[in-house]
Amino acid sequence: MRQGLSSYIAGLLFGVGLIVSGMADPANVIGFFDVFGTWNPTLALVMAGGLAVTFLGYRYCLKRSGPLCAATYQLPGGTRIDSRLITGSAIFGLGWGLAGYCPGPAFVAAAGGMVEAAAFASAMLGGMLAWRMVELARDQRVGA
Amino acid sequence: MISDFNAVTALVGGLLIGAGAVVLMLTNGRILGVSGIVGGVVGEPGSEQTRWRLAFIAGMVTPGAVLGLMGKLSLAGAGVALPVLLVAGFLVGFGSRMGNGCTSGHGICGLSRLSKRSMAAVATFMAVCAITVFVTRHLLSLGV
Repeated sequence: MRQGLSSYIAGLLFGVGLIVSGMADPANVIGFFDVFGTWNPTLALVMAGGLAVTFLGYRYCLKRSGPLCAATYQLPGGTRIDSRLITGSAIFGLGWGLAGYCPGPAFVAAAGGMVEAAAFASAMLGGMLAWRMVELARDQRVGA
Repeated sequence: MISDFNAVTALVGGLLIGAGAVVLMLTNGRILGVSGIVGGVVGEPGSEQTRWRLAFIAGMVTPGAVLGLMGKLSLAGAGVALPVLLVAGFLVGFGSRMGNGCTSGHGICGLSRLSKRSMAAVATFMAVCAITVFVTRHLLSLGV
C-alpha cells in the first residue's frame, strides 16, 4: 500500500517534470541533436537539473540504513560493459533519433491525446515483448 | 543558430524529474527507469513487483491525461510518417530492454550513481541518436 502510493507520487513528479521541461515533445529532442539545423539546448538543461537533484538526493538516500517503505535498496550490481549493453543502447539510440520519443515521454504524450505517441508506445511494447522472447528462447537453450 | 527555448522551465522540469527519481529511491529503494518498469509489467506479468510498477506508470501518465482532457497540452509532435513511428517505437522498446535502460534509468539515475555501464550506454545512445537525426533530417529529409 505504502509502496504503491510512493511509486504513484514518484511517477507524478516525473510526469509533471517531463511536461514542464518540454521533454514530452519530441521536437525538443530532435532539436537538441540537430546541431546542423536550429539547435535547441533544452535537453541539456533538463539533464543538468535532473542530474543535480538525483546526484545529491541519491547520496542522502544511500547514507541511510535503508529505504522508507522497503527492506533494502535494489541497485544494479553489474559493472561489465558488454556487447549486449552497447548493441541495445545503439538500437535504442536509432529509434530515439528516428522519432524523438523515448519511453517516458511516449507514455506522457499518449496519455495527453497524441495519437502518434500512442502508436509509437504500442510498437514500443511490441519491441519490449520481442526482447523478452529472445531472452526466454536463450534461457531455454541454456537450460536444455 | 539557436532556437527559442525556455531555460527556466527546462531546468525546473529537470529538477522535478530528479525529484521523482529521488522519491522512488528514498521510499522503495528502486531506480527510476521507465523502460525497466514498463518492460517488467509486460515481460513478467505475474511478478510481485507489478503493483508498484503499475502505480508508478499511473502517476506518470496522470498529469498528461489531466492536461490533455482540459485541452491545455499543446505538443508539436514528431511529424514523421506512421511506418517510421512504428519502426522507431519497436527499436526503442527492444533496444532499451536489451541495453537494460533508457534516458531515465541510464541517463538520470545511472549517471548520478557514476555507473560506468550507464556512462557507456548514454554515450552510445546519444551518439547514435545524433547520427540518426543528421542522416534523416539532412541527408534523407524525413520529417520536419
